[in-house]
Amino acid sequence: MKDNGRRGFMGKAFGAVAGVGAVGSLVAMKKSWDPLPSVKAAGFTTLDMTIYPEGELITEKWRGKPIFVLKKTADMIASQTDKQKSRDIKVGDSHFMLCIGLCTHLGCIPGYNASEKAFLCACHGGQFDWSGNVTKTPPPRGFDIPPFKIEGNKMILGEVGPEYQAMKDSGITL
Amino acid sequence: MAHFTKATSVKDWLNQRLAIEKVEKVMASEYWIPKNINFLWAMGMILAITFALLLVSGIFLLMYYQPHVDTAFYSVNFTIMREVGFGWLWRHVHGVAASVVFLIIYIHMFTGIYYGSYKKGREMIWISGMLLFVTFSAEAFSGYMLPWGQMSYWAGMVITNIFSLGGLHVDGLVEWIRGDYVPAQAFLNRFFMLHVLLLPLAIMGLIGLHFAALRIPHVNNQDGEEVDFDVEAKKYLDGDKAGSKVIRFANDFMSKDMMVVGVYLIFFFYLVFFHYEFALDPVNFDPADGLKTPAHIYPEWYFLWSYEILRPFSVNIGLIAFGFAQVIFMLLPWLDRSPNTIPASRRGLFNIWFWLLLIDMIVLTAMGKLPPAGIFSTIGLVAALAFIALWVVLPFITKNEKKV
Repeated sequence: MKDNGRRGFMGKAFGAVAGVGAVGSLVAMKKSWDPLPSVKAAGFTTLDMTIYPEGELITEKWRGKPIFVLKKTADMIASQTDKQKSRDIKVGDSHFMLCIGLCTHLGCIPGYNASEKAFLCACHGGQFDWSGNVTKTPPPRGFDIPPFKIEGNKMILGEVGPEYQAMKDSGITL
Repeated sequence: MAHFTKATSVKDWLNQRLAIEKVEKVMASEYWIPKNINFLWAMGMILAITFALLLVSGIFLLMYYQPHVDTAFYSVNFTIMREVGFGWLWRHVHGVAASVVFLIIYIHMFTGIYYGSYKKGREMIWISGMLLFVTFSAEAFSGYMLPWGQMSYWAGMVITNIFSLGGLHVDGLVEWIRGDYVPAQAFLNRFFMLHVLLLPLAIMGLIGLHFAALRIPHVNNQDGEEVDFDVEAKKYLDGDKAGSKVIRFANDFMSKDMMVVGVYLIFFFYLVFFHYEFALDPVNFDPADGLKTPAHIYPEWYFLWSYEILRPFSVNIGLIAFGFAQVIFMLLPWLDRSPNTIPASRRGLFNIWFWLLLIDMIVLTAMGKLPPAGIFSTIGLVAALAFIALWVVLPFITKNEKKV
């Protein structure tokens, strides 16, 4: 019995040491799978907002993701509902729809139909209007808006400016 | 210390050190198989052979494949397909086997369900088998990433996005899995590692467990008859081979098993040489482009049924339904409340349930391939709801089943 008690203690002591080691190695394994610093550092894109033609969807790239930029036409600006207006981004005198061009369902790139002024995702049939609001499920919400900061006529994607912060706070984007 | 004597032959020398005769008996000549079975009992051996084909063809592909976003596509579609002698053969064997292995897995699974081979001590066979199905699925998915074509990229995008868990928005988890904001170099590299090392190791371990789980309960038979293997084995060894209900695994059962394997291999190599295109999606012959989604994204045929359960619902409900579909088969031994281990044809309501489930999964598979619009959306939704309903009613219809 006395010996068994000792063996039990040795077993527990080993278990404790091995447990600490196991947890430590899990931390290392988790960190090894994190995005690399070089990947994170490359996460900024600057756009010149003066070059976009009205009413035409242009796709830019930020962090490997497509960014939809649509300079709104006078008709669009005049007809905006409150919900559409809340997503409006103003740079100088121009109004833009700017968003991450990935369906909020599972991340396919929806196609833009210029005549219907609407987006359709071919993967699971989700639809969005020209302001980026969702009009047909399964996507749970409108297009996400990337963090942006307006500097004159330039826009920096990846940095958080006051306009973006306001949108995030009011729940317009995640 | 064990006592060794001067060996009288090579066999004796090995016997003293490795007990090869004992091992041969335990593993083969005195491992007993019931006589009362049919060709469906050969699917396990077919799966083992197909896994071997995947392993061998994979080894040859591995010698020329380059896991880099700039070169992966060309290392497969140019180097392996055009330059390497018989490189096309390894690729076509690998692609066709990856697809056909799921056909056989499904036949193997539904054979088990039909004959009740997950009950009365055979639960671990069922569970280890379902774990194999899950790891084979992960293996198939990770392998599908490697040619780095359009379908690879977008399947990678869509499937990893599932881990944001819908309304919970665990985007950090998705980026952690990818090692980047989108599928890129880190993603390709780690899925390469999973495909050629970690998952094959897991599969081989699980195959060992699957076989081990079979030893004590033995394989089931066509009538669900409870065979006393000790008594029947003794009868056989005492010379009453005709009266015994069992035969040796090797060479007796194996000879029939390999006959079925032979027929299968003719079918398999017919596909490899003349119809390999079904396993190679044309969309994946465009290099990956993160700024252009293909018009229709659909998984390989063997994932279509679970994909169709995800598709018709809003994102959260879809994910819950999808999660349900992934785990529910695992629980079959406990959801089936009936004490009967007999073929479905003699189990009344369960027989109807079995065929409805099979038909429903075929309908889901067909709808998953079609664009999500109009009548197909509706049929898909009904079939997805039917799938869930079938599993919910299973305990109730089997609970009242009369003991046969």
